[in-house]
Amino acid sequence: MTETLLSVRDLKTWFSTGGGTVRAVDGISFDIKRGETFALLGESGCGKSMTSLSVMQLVPQPAGEIVSGQVLLQGEDLLQLPEAAMRDIRGDRIAMIFQEPMTSLNPVLTVGQQIGESLKQHKGLKGAAARARILELLDAVGIPAPQSRIDEYPHQLSGGMKQRVMIAIALAGEPDLLIADEPTTALDVTIQAQVLVLLRELQRKTGMSIMLITHDLGVVAEMADRVAVMYAGQIVEEASRAQFFAEPAHPYSRKLFESLPSMEKRDRALDIIRGSVPSLATEFKGCRFENRCDFAWPPCRDVIPQWHRCAEGHGVRCHLMDEALAATRPNDVAQEADELVAPRSVAVGNELLVVNDLKVHFPIRKGLLKRVAGHVYAVDGVSLKIKQGQTLALVGESGCGKTTVGKGIIQLTRPTAGEVLFEGDDLNALRGERLRRRRKDFQLIFQDPFSSMNPRMMIGDIIEEGMVAQGVGGHRAQRRARVAQLLAHVGLAAEMLDRYPHEFSGGQRQRICIARALAVDPKLIVCDEPTSALDVSVQAQILNLLKELQNELGLSYLFITHNISVVAYLAHEVAVMYLGRIVERGTIGEVLDHPRHPYTQALLSAVPTIDPASQQEIVHLEGDLPSPINPPGGCHFHPRCPAAQPVCKTDYPAPLAVTHTHRVSCHFAQT
Amino acid sequence: MLSFLVSRLLSAAIVVLGVSCLVFLFIHIVPGDPVEVMLGESARPADREALRQALGLDQPLLTQMGHYYSNLFQLDLGTSLYSQRPIVEMLMERIPATAELAFAALVVAMVIAFPLGVLAAVRKGSRWDQGAMGLSLVGVSIPNFLMGPLLILLFSLWLGWFPVSGREGFASLVLPALTLGTAMAAILSRMVRATLLETLHEDYIRTARAKGLSESVVVWRHAMRNALLPVITLLGLQLGTLLGGAVITEVVFSWPGLGQLTIEAIQRRDYPVVQACVLLISFTYVVVNTLTDLVYGWLDPRVRLEGGR
Repeated sequence: MTETLLSVRDLKTWFSTGGGTVRAVDGISFDIKRGETFALLGESGCGKSMTSLSVMQLVPQPAGEIVSGQVLLQGEDLLQLPEAAMRDIRGDRIAMIFQEPMTSLNPVLTVGQQIGESLKQHKGLKGAAARARILELLDAVGIPAPQSRIDEYPHQLSGGMKQRVMIAIALAGEPDLLIADEPTTALDVTIQAQVLVLLRELQRKTGMSIMLITHDLGVVAEMADRVAVMYAGQIVEEASRAQFFAEPAHPYSRKLFESLPSMEKRDRALDIIRGSVPSLATEFKGCRFENRCDFAWPPCRDVIPQWHRCAEGHGVRCHLMDEALAATRPNDVAQEADELVAPRSVAVGNELLVVNDLKVHFPIRKGLLKRVAGHVYAVDGVSLKIKQGQTLALVGESGCGKTTVGKGIIQLTRPTAGEVLFEGDDLNALRGERLRRRRKDFQLIFQDPFSSMNPRMMIGDIIEEGMVAQGVGGHRAQRRARVAQLLAHVGLAAEMLDRYPHEFSGGQRQRICIARALAVDPKLIVCDEPTSALDVSVQAQILNLLKELQNELGLSYLFITHNISVVAYLAHEVAVMYLGRIVERGTIGEVLDHPRHPYTQALLSAVPTIDPASQQEIVHLEGDLPSPINPPGGCHFHPRCPAAQPVCKTDYPAPLAVTHTHRVSCHFAQT
Repeated sequence: MLSFLVSRLLSAAIVVLGVSCLVFLFIHIVPGDPVEVMLGESARPADREALRQALGLDQPLLTQMGHYYSNLFQLDLGTSLYSQRPIVEMLMERIPATAELAFAALVVAMVIAFPLGVLAAVRKGSRWDQGAMGLSLVGVSIPNFLMGPLLILLFSLWLGWFPVSGREGFASLVLPALTLGTAMAAILSRMVRATLLETLHEDYIRTARAKGLSESVVVWRHAMRNALLPVITLLGLQLGTLLGGAVITEVVFSWPGLGQLTIEAIQRRDYPVVQACVLLISFTYVVVNTLTDLVYGWLDPRVRLEGGR
């Protein structure tokens, strides 16, 4: 257990670009012991993936280069090995799985071929022996009916299954070290729970070490033995899991915790990390976090902090740990948590939006004559209400139909049936010009701020366009003034309006998208996963902004998300969707603290908590979300439900009112 | 797979019928009179009338069209107005020549383009890449009517290795095939390079490398088959064009193919021959396209398994 398997010493991987040398990995050192899980934690662009690629020597060529350092695998420096010898290490002693199982498998080769390749390369297995081993591996990673799956192609498998296949490929060489680069980031939370359990089990059986690369503190809390935090190309803190979660020492680590949304923080603004990550092309003279740190004082700018040991096995790169130097630091100006603007008084109970039995079915056409051969029941009878000035969160896993509900409500996809009453008017009945005029009342913010703006338009024009289309905001000069005002409102400088989207960071772009939505003075904004593409610290900024705007302008949000902690922080009410229907809805407290539906219970339990001491029992769901083309009869959830009874297979449960706000569609919600 | 095939063939038949109908109408709308071309401007009106009757050109357009289609369904394409020979026979003479040239050109193109494109992609930014792409630029820039005579000058007149024109044996095929093939290779090699480069950036290539596979396995087994998909489409289109007769190259080398036949027929207002040629060209196009789709399905399981959609 104590033998060091991998030892990385002062590793530097630099990229030469047009803008100078980018020091993606700038002198990092760490050890991974046999059988342990070592987590490398950091936000996007901090160099964590590049570290793993450097260990594998798969750094993109010719731009990237490992300029110095050692990567010692049981004492042997991999960086000194010729490429041919390195190939015997890759996939054999060190294997790797990646973030995107959807794109990480070759679409034109079968599952069996892709696993077999590794067996042939490293174990010399061919033919029947290889096939037998492939079946064994597929079985080991929990793929049901391996006999039929072995000859399938990746696109025939779900995301979770693909990641299992990736793990099987990695296991083929019986590696000593498995590098898992964000292995569950692209997966739903219930599937994530399955994959994490699988990784732990495999580790227990094989005794391999895992280098886990992630941005998710929850995943770290569940998986890691040791944690290293990376920032701007360096490790700034390293500790055991217990030490790290009990007492994160580096200001950056602490900020990561503080910017996480949660129920307890509902009444105040989230802590944010101001500014943004410095360009890695700069030559640093002091601490890399100095410009964003609440504790910074002059030495931070001028002296590069050294590695300080604050306890056995707990090291930090920060001047605060240097007692002699820290003594020179002036006392802190009392820091106060930002108070949110008090909510504007709005008539509570005023229902802005009432949706009754909304259905959106997509026909599936087949054959030469394009006959309708079936339907995708994307949304199949959804009812919900949003009060003025409040937020309803719609949660569920990918493919459950939550985005389609949003699009159906604002009539971007015309519903098949049902009512969408917006201030009493049925939007489903509006057509043409009347609908177009009405659109100013409801706007949309998308998940991906990178692709939701036209890259050839300046952001001023992007924001103004809606006003022009709706004929609001007066003449051009007035509109431009309003655009400038909106930019200021979302925290950007008014001068930025002649810039193009690519000149902004992800968080800034999402602010621009929010300004665009606000431009026409909407009453309702449908936010479709607005923070899932963003880092935690940036997410906090956007959540703060949304909350502020709601309080100030009395906006209502339909907040579509899969992230439960965001829901807990932001929403007033929540509706849980499964396969096109809402299975449970109620106030935040009712649903999150006292979930009645087995699906809600499983969903909530699968969310990794950042409290490693919590003994939360995970309710594991078997299998994947069934297809909305052919939903299971009776209660849609019964094939995966741990509490299913015979009646669940035959009858869809009617919604049961637990309280006047809390409704559950389950036969056994009462018990 | 079967329903995929059937639906493909059905839509192919509809396309061929539609094209033949359009061609029939257009050629009658376009000014020009075959009788005048055959008899000359000084012919007597009575003779013209007689010839017109004999050829059936005095009938109403719909009747002519009816005749045309009833014959077509019996695979009778009629006779040439000019030479009075059965058109099927004329086409049968020409098809082998054109097909031979087309396939030879395709082979030349692939033999040049694939190694060049792969080399350029794998060694992106190197001298090899620059050289290959420079060569391809030259190839794209030289039109066939210049390339043909240049090759004739060099290999026939100066070196005397190959005949100047005609179709007599393998030696006479070399120069026209090179002319067509190099032009195709120029475009094809760029396409191979571009798609291979794109594929080499895919996540599954990183997976393949992480398995410890050698670079040649990564390129040929993992990248190439994916990169081929768009290339196949281009190849199909180009082969379709070649099989319709490479007009300029056939004229330059006096190659007795379909292109030459079509041009002659147009010049003589030989309606039935023009119709037959266009019909054959569109038919070939449709067949090649269908084949392309089938190859595509074979290479890409995602297309294959979606079947009849």
